[in-house]
Amino acid sequence: MSYYKPKFQHPKLPKNSLGYTVADYDGSISTLCAGCGHDSISAAIRNACFLSSIPPHRIAKLSGIGCSSKMPTYFLGRSHGFNSVHGRMPSVATGASVANRDLIYLGVSGDGDTASIGMGQFVHLIRRNVNMTYIVANNGCYGLTKGQDSATADLGSVGKYGTQNPFEGIDLASLAVLQGASFVARSFSGDKEQLEPLIRAAMAHRGFAFIDVVSPCVTFANNVGSTKSYAATRDNLEAMPVDFVPMREEIRTQYKEGSSQTVTLHDGSIIHLHKASKDHKADSREDALMALQAADRTGKVLTGLLYLDPTSQDLNHTLELASQPLNSMGKDELCPGSRVLKSINEGLR
Amino acid sequence: MRATDTTNPEYFHKVVDCQYACPAHTPVPAYIRLIAQQRYTDAYLINWESNVFPGVLGRTCDRPCEPACRRGRVEEEPVAICRLKRVAADFKDEVAEMLPKAGPPNGKKVALIGAGPASLTVARDLAPLGYELHLYDEQTKGGGFMRSQIPSFRLPESVLDEEIGYILDMGITTVFNTYVDSMADMLTKGYDAVFVGSGAPKGRDLPKLPGRKEADANIHIGINWLASVAFEHIKEIGKRVIVLGGGNTAMDCCRTSRRLGGEDVKVIVRSPFEDMKASPWEKEDAMHEGIPIIDNHVPREFVVEDGKLVGMTFEKVKAVYHRDGRRELVPTGEEPEFFPCDDVLVAIGQENAFPWIEKETGIRFTSWGTPIINDDETFQSTRKEVFFGGDSAFGPSNIITAVAHGHKAAVSIDLYCQGKDLSKRPPPDVTLVGQKMGIHEWSYDSIPITDERKIVPLEDLKKSLSDRMVEVELGFDPETAFIEAERCLNCDAQTVFTDSNCIECDACADICPTSCITFTQNAPEKELRGKLIVPAENPEQDLYVSGKLPTGRVMVKDEDVCLHCGLCAERCPTAAWDMQMFFYNVSKATPNLVDVK
Ligand SMILES: Cc1cc2nc3c(=O)[nH]c(=O)nc-3n(C[C@H](O)[C@H](O)[C@H](O)COP(=O)(O)OP(=O)(O)OC[C@H]3O[C@@H](n4cnc5c(N)ncnc54)[C@H](O)[C@@H]3O)c2cc1C
Ligand SMILES: Cc1ncc(C[n+]2csc(CCOP(=O)(O)OP(=O)(O)O)c2C)c(N)n1
Ligand code: SF4
Ligand code: SF4
Ligand code: SF4
Ligand SMILES: [Mg+2]
Repeated sequence: MSYYKPKFQHPKLPKNSLGYTVADYDGSISTLCAGCGHDSISAAIRNACFLSSIPPHRIAKLSGIGCSSKMPTYFLGRSHGFNSVHGRMPSVATGASVANRDLIYLGVSGDGDTASIGMGQFVHLIRRNVNMTYIVANNGCYGLTKGQDSATADLGSVGKYGTQNPFEGIDLASLAVLQGASFVARSFSGDKEQLEPLIRAAMAHRGFAFIDVVSPCVTFANNVGSTKSYAATRDNLEAMPVDFVPMREEIRTQYKEGSSQTVTLHDGSIIHLHKASKDHKADSREDALMALQAADRTGKVLTGLLYLDPTSQDLNHTLELASQPLNSMGKDELCPGSRVLKSINEGLR
Repeated sequence: MRATDTTNPEYFHKVVDCQYACPAHTPVPAYIRLIAQQRYTDAYLINWESNVFPGVLGRTCDRPCEPACRRGRVEEEPVAICRLKRVAADFKDEVAEMLPKAGPPNGKKVALIGAGPASLTVARDLAPLGYELHLYDEQTKGGGFMRSQIPSFRLPESVLDEEIGYILDMGITTVFNTYVDSMADMLTKGYDAVFVGSGAPKGRDLPKLPGRKEADANIHIGINWLASVAFEHIKEIGKRVIVLGGGNTAMDCCRTSRRLGGEDVKVIVRSPFEDMKASPWEKEDAMHEGIPIIDNHVPREFVVEDGKLVGMTFEKVKAVYHRDGRRELVPTGEEPEFFPCDDVLVAIGQENAFPWIEKETGIRFTSWGTPIINDDETFQSTRKEVFFGGDSAFGPSNIITAVAHGHKAAVSIDLYCQGKDLSKRPPPDVTLVGQKMGIHEWSYDSIPITDERKIVPLEDLKKSLSDRMVEVELGFDPETAFIEAERCLNCDAQTVFTDSNCIECDACADICPTSCITFTQNAPEKELRGKLIVPAENPEQDLYVSGKLPTGRVMVKDEDVCLHCGLCAERCPTAAWDMQMFFYNVSKATPNLVDVK
């Protein structure tokens, strides 16, 4: 019986600059269905954090409810974590990010958790540009509650029991671009080559970074007719490759003029985008929306980094909040007392 | 790379590292699981079928399986495979009734010359087929070197008698106390075939070293001396003993000396300690008994005073390793060193010797003195009804190699006596069976434990040294044996991949604790090895490569450090991976000698 992973590792497992192996970023063994796309995303997050040499204790994982929201248990077992109620992860994340800006916030949610019950909260994360990475593991259904169609299920997609979805699906990536998100990407759980650099770039980005990841539910939405099955996603995939070069690392690859674009992030890291078309610009919301629309019309799943504003101001800046984490301040700083309150009140008279 | 052909049983055979390394290909993990289930008798029977002498080998085997054991690649120490074999022998029930009997006579007669493990194996494999078997040996009892050379404190006589008895009881005609002095004569006796298992019985000497002749009374050839001790012609030795040589014979000589009155016993060897031929554990055992090993000393002279040996002088050397791998022992230029002693045992190697095989028999030999053999499958000599095996075939080796030769020679002899083509060998007996019991359940203990290798307890040193018949190693008790058995990674539980089932969800690659699985574009082997999640740098271990998958990639599994934990198969939604138990039994003259469910 194996409900845990053996302790042995490959003796030649590479180490990152902190001296950790990728196994140091593992969590407990997954209890999701065998073959669930979410497990692949967990592995991509684990690999990304390992590759970017992020100390596990500097990461806080946040999630809501759903199979996807269970994922944080299955990676980064030595990081902080908060499993909130259904659809309410954004408010917890907002609070945490203003209270302690030294941590790296990683939200993991589902299409139900985000686009149904959590939609109201989600758009405010975007509007406020909360400094975090927000990943939606998008399977077009409520996996945890036995596979009902979710708000992102495509029109006409066939469920496991043969019924067609009668509604137009919400496209979270378009929504995020439209709403003013500073980093918007889409990817596929089965394409780690693209997903890993995207997660690394998102974590390096200052501001709200959104990644919509098509993540097949093997149990309830991997049937013929489902638009988010492994087979259908692979058939319709139109992937724009992404490379991520962290600050301090030498750029080795040569990129062809025209088909790619280089973007430097605030911390000096560099993203190389291989674009769908020559004149597509990664920093243009119009281009991003057009590309998404065009792909949607032809039934394609366009993946890659869709929009990026590397100079964005996050919530902490906008509101000029304390740069020091609240937990490192003394009682007097946090609660300056009635004398200070009085003088503030005086100033308002 | 080409997709792996798993229909060839040799692919999965190689994955079972220990079994593959065992010259007789004993199904190691299968018997270890039986030990964990306390089915000692069944574990014994599986061993007996493959290696004929489980009780003997469980104490004395050279254990080529252990350095090969996969466990040694994921942690410090391999599974104590050899000592688990002894557990099966120690705790088994009465087995005599479960062993095969001589078959009804088939009218064919075979002579076996020398009663060592090679001949005994041939006898065991042929007896059930009804052959009339005549076993010749100059010694009074069967066993060959197992009896005359391996000291009783390592191998009690009772164990040897029991296991040789199982074979002799199969209606073998023994012709002991008989030295065969003419092959030509033997060939006129109406045998359909003759097997030569006479070993490598000649111990090397240092005939030209100054003082050799004068000191002769106190210089003994190691293997002759050990035989004399075993047959109780020699009962004591001087207080100060020098043993020359660095192999296992030297270790047996020095340890035996300690039990026959030797107080100051030293091993002095030409080569550096690390290069000595003796197995590491034999060296440890000797040192544990207070015997120093002095390396880098080359013998120069036997020093004789008043006609009696008083000691030896040695030249000090150091080893220089050349680029081509050659080793040279270069004198350091220091003064020669003198070591006083009363007796010297020369244990510097053995050679083949066939003074009794005449030229006119048509049996030809190489310049090394070993017989010219058709190939190392058939063991047929240049005279077609004569077969060789064991140390007599290729020079000194060990018991398990002699057994392996015996199996092959028996197949050849059987084919030959039936007038069949020797090159058309029967295939091995192979089965491959799924092991799934439930979503998280396999029919074997799939998750490896992290316990370290267990140490075999030893008899009290003083007691051991007081009597050469006292066995030093006490063997594992059942509790310790269970833990040691659980350390086995079940390498025979094969990961079997079905291309057409795979939906490329990556679950297997993500879960694998030792990063064995990679999905990538195919490439020539060298390039492919370099681009796996962890590059496959152990060329002795194969890559398992699938056919092309829908995305155009292939699945590549590096067999090197797979734990056979089954997690890949548990996480696979489509059963593209399955854990299947692989049983491989080498071809023998009589297939399926025992019945184990
Ligand atoms: C000191 C010592 C310790 C060893 N310890 C180990 C050990 O721990 N583990 C291990 O695996 N191996 C060990 N070996 C090696 C092992 O004993 C041999 O490799 C093995 O016994 C070879 O088997 P065999 O059947 O070829 O012949 P042998 O065992 O050598 O038997 C040959 C027999 O043929 C007889 N014979 C030879 N010529 C004639 C003739 N013309 N007529 C009649 N009889 C004849 C001999 O008397 C002998 O009994 C050791 C060897 C030595 C010398
Ligand atoms: C307040 C509340 N309403 C409803 C539920 C029931 N519920 C649990 S998970 C879930 C949907 C999850 O869907 P999604 O976020 O897409 O996750 P998935 O399981 O598909 O990964 C629902 C509706 C709940 N747990 N809490
Ligand atoms: S129900 Fe679907 S989403 Fe949930 S674990 Fe199973 S496959 Fe994944
Ligand atoms: S059995 Fe599968 S999961 Fe386990 S180590 Fe081997 S390849 Fe990896
Ligand atoms: S888990 Fe199974 S289906 Fe998924 S990639 Fe591995 S073998 Fe293929
Ligand atoms: Mg969902």
